[in-house]
Amino acid sequence: MTSMTEKSAGLSARVHVKVDNTSDDPRQREELILGDNNFSTITDRVTDLAFRRTPLAWYVAFAISLSLLGLLGVCVIYLLTTGVGVWGNNVPVAWAFDIVNFVFWVGIGHAGTLISAILFLFRQNWRTSINRFAEAMTIFAVMCAGLFPALHVGRPWLAYWLFPIPNQMAMWPQARSPLLWDVFAVSTYATVSMLFWYVGMIPDLATLRDRAKGRVAQVVYGLFALGWNGSSRCWHRFERAYLLLAALATPLVLSVHSVVSFDFAVAQLPGWHTTVFPPYFVAGAVFGGFAMVLTLAVPARQWFGLKEIITMRHLENMCKIMLGTGLIVAYAYGIEFFTAWYSGEHYEQFAFLNRATGPYAWAYGVMVFCNVCAPQLLWFKKCRTNIWVILFCAMCVNVGMWFERFVIIVTSLHRDFVPGSWGMYMPTWVDLGMLAGSFGLFFTLFLLFCRFLPMVAMAEVKTVMPAAHATHGPDRYDYQPDPDPVPPTLPKSH
Amino acid sequence: MSETHYVSAAHAKPAGPPSWSALIGEFADVDAVMAAAEKVRDAGYEKWDVHSPLPIHGMDRAMGIRPTILPWIVLTTGLAGLAGGLLLVWWTNAVAMPGVPTVFQGYPYFISGKPLFSLPANIPIIFETTVLCAAFGAVFGMLVLNKLPMLYHPLFRSQRFRRATSDGFFVVIAGDDPRFDARQTAEFLRSLGAVGVEHLET
Repeated sequence: MTSMTEKSAGLSARVHVKVDNTSDDPRQREELILGDNNFSTITDRVTDLAFRRTPLAWYVAFAISLSLLGLLGVCVIYLLTTGVGVWGNNVPVAWAFDIVNFVFWVGIGHAGTLISAILFLFRQNWRTSINRFAEAMTIFAVMCAGLFPALHVGRPWLAYWLFPIPNQMAMWPQARSPLLWDVFAVSTYATVSMLFWYVGMIPDLATLRDRAKGRVAQVVYGLFALGWNGSSRCWHRFERAYLLLAALATPLVLSVHSVVSFDFAVAQLPGWHTTVFPPYFVAGAVFGGFAMVLTLAVPARQWFGLKEIITMRHLENMCKIMLGTGLIVAYAYGIEFFTAWYSGEHYEQFAFLNRATGPYAWAYGVMVFCNVCAPQLLWFKKCRTNIWVILFCAMCVNVGMWFERFVIIVTSLHRDFVPGSWGMYMPTWVDLGMLAGSFGLFFTLFLLFCRFLPMVAMAEVKTVMPAAHATHGPDRYDYQPDPDPVPPTLPKSH
Repeated sequence: MSETHYVSAAHAKPAGPPSWSALIGEFADVDAVMAAAEKVRDAGYEKWDVHSPLPIHGMDRAMGIRPTILPWIVLTTGLAGLAGGLLLVWWTNAVAMPGVPTVFQGYPYFISGKPLFSLPANIPIIFETTVLCAAFGAVFGMLVLNKLPMLYHPLFRSQRFRRATSDGFFVVIAGDDPRFDARQTAEFLRSLGAVGVEHLET
């Protein structure tokens, strides 16, 4: 009991409650968690989301997502029982919505890994508020992505042939093919993302276990928490494992979209055969992924009462990354045209001219408006701190990045070398149904995650609060934001 | 300060000496638990731990925890993944050895006059297997070193200890520590500023 009173007395000494932490003054570090929050209130807020009565709005959202998922089910069953002819793709456009959706969803996943791994290595502490659901987004996006190539192989019941499994035919996958690189890259990415997400969640699952009232919740959270008890000896190895996973996930995430871009860049097709593809695709993936994180974060912080944890500064930082990667993408769009012109290659030049002025010019226009023009609003701080402008830009980029893949894939294929083999592509209702359905799958999984799992990485958020740092001790100097000038003490020998 | 609470699971063990016991000292904040950890370390205790809802910077040194061998495990599994991936692509794509059972027979396949095996074309797959195995090593190595999963621990009997995953900071000294003495150690914990001390035995 004494501890409680002492704690609350100590904490109420910090009475100032900040509401704006978007200052760019480099002389002081802004607080990442606003309001009069302490360790207990963070726990309360986040665990309450899992334990409270399910709000009606959740049921409504879940019903909509589930019906879209049902649509996906119907389309997939129709596809499996009839054949891939129910899709609109046919020679010359043999890759269409299936691969567009695949690249789109894989790309979305990249923001989650960037937040969880790359920003971790760069010591960007603000990532702690958003990394958990960004990682969840990664995993669900990769699930949606995996669906499309698996169905596109035509006979998905033989999809295990993609993996090197010993068999009586002595047939092995062709390791020199970018398509097989893709199999390895995407499945490794899915596995490592899942491990990273789960490992990071173990301490928070333990929190849910210890706070759960019902027996079922205690047992289920307890099983997944693996018996975590916050031991410092365990934390030591946990932190090291987390650092190593971040260090492994960083090159992995860069490799995944590079490998996806090899599917195109290694081909000889004008419009695909470009060395700029790997960095261009990675930047585009992060760009599109951050748009999706913002699309999820803005409503989530509003509806789940997380405004003090996911603050305006977090949104602003994400907008800045989106603007930066968007500029890389815009540069790539430009340099593609320059290279086509400079190469003196007629087919290459035609591919790009056709892209911008041919029958799919409207798609190119949508892409340029959404990916190049709209994000320029984010140069202005007024726009970066206005949730409606943020949402507008994020939705534009979501649409634009889907169209980017459509433009790259369809416009390059539909008119290649010989005019006699040119053709047009039109999606069928199954194509459109599966695109909508993949959003159903994504949001169904995401809503389940929001309902039952810790949406915010509580343990990590607590580490970036001032109270997490001892005001003395060997690593005192590790923490900078505290303004009082205590000289660093050297570690004791032991 | 509060007195020592004795909690024992009477229904679990009717008689005989306790099979497990520990003293749990609760501390108010990071500062207090860090200072206490240094003192417990200096007092020469061996079987003890600090439990906190978040990793505390500097606690490793305050407790005198030696660096984990996990990076070496990850290096080993990563190198195994590298060797395995290299072997896989080479064997399945470039070797057809007579006498090998059909299921393990390779499948050399000429494409555009390219060599059957060349490193550059095979790097993506080797890279992915390396990362995959290293990640498995990091996760499962961490779990094994931490002796997880261990779904039950006698500490979970303490109601107070549940706050170790929310906002409580605890120093736990195990009863099988050579310097452990229920009365003196409890006194010691209180002298370090523990706001509550609990003797837990099963």
